[in-house]
Amino acid sequence: MQLSREALLQAYRQMKTIRMFEERLHDEIALGEIAGFTHLYAGQEACAVGVCEHLGPKDYIISTHRGHGHCIAKGCDVLDMMKEIYGSTEGLCKGKGGSMHIADVNVGMLGANGIVGAGAPIAVGAGITAKSNGTVSIAFSGDGACNQGTTFEAMNMAVVLKLPVIFVFENNHYSEHTGEAYAVGAESMTTRAAAFGMKAIKANGIDFFSVYEAMRELIEYCTAGNGPASIELDCERFYGHFEGDPQRYRGEGELDRIREERDCLKTFRAKVTEAKLLKGGDLDAVDKEVADLIDRAVEEAKAAARPTANDVLEDVYISY
Amino acid sequence: MTQKMIRDVIRDTIDEEMARDDSLIMLGEDIVGGNGAPGGPEAIGGIWSTSTGLWAKYGADRVIDTPISEAAIIGAAAGAALTGKRAIAEIMFADFIGVCMDQIWNQIAKFRYMFGGKSRCPVVIRMPWGGGFNAAPQHSQSIHSFVTAMPGLKVVMPSTPADTKGLLTQAIRDDDPVIFLEHKALYGVKGEVPDGEYLIPFGHARQVTQGDDITVLATGMMVGFAEAAAAQLAEDGIGCDLLDLRTTSPLDEEAILDSVERTGRLLIVDEAPPRCSLATDLSALVSSKAFASLKSPIEMVTAPHSPVPFARELESAYLPSPERIVAAASKLMAYRRG
Repeated sequence: MQLSREALLQAYRQMKTIRMFEERLHDEIALGEIAGFTHLYAGQEACAVGVCEHLGPKDYIISTHRGHGHCIAKGCDVLDMMKEIYGSTEGLCKGKGGSMHIADVNVGMLGANGIVGAGAPIAVGAGITAKSNGTVSIAFSGDGACNQGTTFEAMNMAVVLKLPVIFVFENNHYSEHTGEAYAVGAESMTTRAAAFGMKAIKANGIDFFSVYEAMRELIEYCTAGNGPASIELDCERFYGHFEGDPQRYRGEGELDRIREERDCLKTFRAKVTEAKLLKGGDLDAVDKEVADLIDRAVEEAKAAARPTANDVLEDVYISY
Repeated sequence: MTQKMIRDVIRDTIDEEMARDDSLIMLGEDIVGGNGAPGGPEAIGGIWSTSTGLWAKYGADRVIDTPISEAAIIGAAAGAALTGKRAIAEIMFADFIGVCMDQIWNQIAKFRYMFGGKSRCPVVIRMPWGGGFNAAPQHSQSIHSFVTAMPGLKVVMPSTPADTKGLLTQAIRDDDPVIFLEHKALYGVKGEVPDGEYLIPFGHARQVTQGDDITVLATGMMVGFAEAAAAQLAEDGIGCDLLDLRTTSPLDEEAILDSVERTGRLLIVDEAPPRCSLATDLSALVSSKAFASLKSPIEMVTAPHSPVPFARELESAYLPSPERIVAAASKLMAYRRG
């Protein structure tokens, strides 16, 4: 199905927003402006956006250790996200979660997670709700989380209960600092997922259209009551596991090469302009719009209200 | 009032709450039982018979029989609760908490806080706990001390049929996550249970016996042991002010301190091992907030710092007993300053 001009621009806007959000964080972290641990999503934008462009507020996603991209793609407020990462009380989580726990359940984003592999079981539970709503639940995992027992339990339980859960494995080829070729014992995540008894496919994670079309098929399959499915997306991580990671595990020239040859934003631009679906100027206008948004986000985050000691005990319980 | 065993109170309370609230679901291993087996579903209804008949009444979408996957059971309860359901998750033995600790401790307990107060995760995790069955080191433990130490969780430990109804109803309707600990040795205990809707708010201890000489604090199976000890001590003219804490998080500090201020003596009975435990926590509370009232050092009757042993003789030696409680109380009464 051909996407409308508006839909194409929106997909590009989302991917570009993620890219500029992350690149700006990379700079701000280097300047010492941001506390704590941050794991950037840049490079994988086509995965989050190719999945989430299908979803509505009653569809659920659970994210990973690398959660900013999923958050933006699912519709979390970018200004509030930046404020959260800066630790402001005006942030999406009032400065209590930060980068690793960024979430907004009101838009169906059930959280990034500090524990690799913790998300898949939670997505099974969201799948119970999704089944009663006629929606879907998405478990984003990386090639690191895919090796956790929790992910195996979740896949099996989703099959047993025939839940509309889609396990999206973003294979960026590194679980923290260890190669996928070493850490994934099976032939691939896809063959392993298939062995759990679910439909399991692959798509090209640096091509928005590949992800988007594959996900359309899986969402139709899952909402028709066929149980869960999985998709493995081959993609690239442009930064280290965390900000500050010297990335000594990378190959010679690898980082330059993946930015040159395997950049999902460049791929998208080339495809839509060559097919004359959009003009280069249309995309440049989005670039400018997004750059302004990110500038504004950082400016507002730096000026936003700071928490005080009185806020520590707030929201531990609803009533106690 | 109706006479009921605790196991039936649990089943009936869940039944009443499921009838009342369509969003309530229940998950666990063998809570239906027999699925995929020649005998067919409902062969079990929970290994403690705490969910008999619920699957037939409410269906497989609400009474969800799961594989042996504790992390996925708790994670699924969490995900369902975050997205608008209420969930009761059953962990067959409290000892299995190790398998799903991340989902309890890092996920459920922290969601609301980490998400800036925007989320709600109404999950009740029911766990049979405690000794007395010669069930050996991995099926007999007391886990309340360390779950009580986790901010974000509420911890409930009923010891009577009536309290089980009131506290379980409260737990299911509560918007915060609740660890609901059911002592295995008490499932068959029978007693009067109020008919109709009955809720007991958390954080209110139950006065079991009244007395002016010693404040005795206990939970779960230890409440009955302490009651037996108190009856014996009463024959010797020693009055025990016995409080069943009912919930350890929140804790009824006021009732504890009021009692100690009156009696001047504190005896804590706890089935858990003694280090960094409920007993030491209560001791710290009283020694920091009611020190001036104390006429003697605080006495603690607890399990030792060891795993729960298997053999009858060993488990009997391990568990606190009414005799040990009486001995500790006598020691308290005999104490004279320097």
